[in-house]
Amino acid sequence: MKKIILTTTALALTAGMAMADSHAKTIRMGTEGAYPPYNFINDSGEVDGFERELGDELCVRAELTCEWVKNDWDSIIPNLVSSNYDTIMAGMSITDERDEVIDFTQDYFPPTASAYVGAAEGIDVSTAVIAAQTATIQAGYVAQSGATLVEFATPEETVAAVRNGEADAVFADKDYLAPLVEESAGALMFVGEEVPLGGGVGMGLRESDTDLKEKFDAAITAMKADGSLNALLIKWFGEGTITY
Amino acid sequence: MFAFCTDPSTLDTARWMACYLTTGVHMSFYGSFLTVLLLLAITAPVALAFGFGAAIVARSHILPISWIGKSYIALVRGVPDIAFFLFFVIALDQAIEFARHKALCPDWDQPIRQGSDFVVCQAAKVPLSSAPQWVHETYSFSLAVLTFAIVFGAFAANVLYGAMRAVPRAQLETAEAYGMTRRQTFWRVLVPQMWVFALPGLSNLWMVLIKATPLLFLLGVEDIVYWARELGGTKTPRFTEYPHGDWRMWYFLVLLIFYLAFTRVSEVVLGRVMQKLTRGQATAGGEAQRRAAA
Repeated sequence: MKKIILTTTALALTAGMAMADSHAKTIRMGTEGAYPPYNFINDSGEVDGFERELGDELCVRAELTCEWVKNDWDSIIPNLVSSNYDTIMAGMSITDERDEVIDFTQDYFPPTASAYVGAAEGIDVSTAVIAAQTATIQAGYVAQSGATLVEFATPEETVAAVRNGEADAVFADKDYLAPLVEESAGALMFVGEEVPLGGGVGMGLRESDTDLKEKFDAAITAMKADGSLNALLIKWFGEGTITY
Repeated sequence: MFAFCTDPSTLDTARWMACYLTTGVHMSFYGSFLTVLLLLAITAPVALAFGFGAAIVARSHILPISWIGKSYIALVRGVPDIAFFLFFVIALDQAIEFARHKALCPDWDQPIRQGSDFVVCQAAKVPLSSAPQWVHETYSFSLAVLTFAIVFGAFAANVLYGAMRAVPRAQLETAEAYGMTRRQTFWRVLVPQMWVFALPGLSNLWMVLIKATPLLFLLGVEDIVYWARELGGTKTPRFTEYPHGDWRMWYFLVLLIFYLAFTRVSEVVLGRVMQKLTRGQATAGGEAQRRAAA
């Protein structure tokens, strides 16, 4: 009797594994959860934001089962290539350096401007102390611009550095800064010129994962074509945002 | 949580706070205190076991074996924690998956290393990608425990190695004179007496371990510092029902109190343990106790 039970469990297990390989794969979506409106943690503790809504819709269209995973920005690419999750949707700009290590789908957020935000008018952004998040295109840009770069691990800390005077200005995606400037009641303001950076935001995938990339690419194309991506962009980034 | 929480913007401060402090994210925050305590409760004994084992190996009279122990201690102590946590864990995870891949998917025809990518068959994934989230969390938690144990085990090994050598030679010679074998001398004379020398070093390690938990987030385990930073950050009304400014100071104040209280409790407990270990020992402390009793 014992033997029969063992054999059946073994059979069931093998069958389950074969199933897992054919179609029951869950796509794990990696994100940072600290960059509103792109992605953030809502009041009930779940991943929320533009990328959450877009990602869920893409998964429905590509007929995939998806699940969201939070990961620190610093280790977000190493954990992707190591297959701890399958995609990155974390407001990650498409750049050549990143493209060498991972693959990107087409952009789901058009190339946008990055902007400086300071606590006072008249800051010369080419010589001032500028805060930026570590390992972002903005940090790379500031380092080359001749300004003094101070790096922080999270977007929140870059803005806090300006508020408490540690830095003269913060340099980040304009869409991240806009709601903060709006809410600050005059304490924060845009300074200097806007700078177009990066090749838009895309979904990061492993280079070997071509099937998955095609599926998501097709879904993004479809969403661009029927205008639903534009509707999402306007919903999360306001009327003035660039659309497709 | 409470019935009156449907529209927080209309509430007075006390009720607003009651609602705010019971949101889903705050529950995760409170939960993370348990995660950290659990991690410490499991890691400390495991790390001590690693350290004890490594110290024994390092003391071995067979040279190659003692080299193994000594190089473990030297290597792990030499590598910065953060590098260890970033790369060792990923390597360990890949090693486990590689072994499972070899066993479970013999007819897999693609290479496992494709450029920088590490790709194994779905069945070899640990945990399976379709496994519920708590399995993933438990897995990364176990990896965290193991990594902490290896890192702190190396430090503990060094402390214990030193403590074993600090036991007065005369004690061991006496044991030998009584005809005890090496094994008996070790377990009956050396080990019981070495703890009193090891404890100050070990208690130091414990204090460092308590404060090392933010490394957890590198492994995807959300610890109290991660949540304090996340919750304390400025929240604009567009993305939350409970907008507030930069409250990180208050959250970190809570952490400060937690850590100080925890440190104090640890100190008291360690002090008692020290008292107990000192009893009857051939040390200055043991002598003092003997005199006080007499």
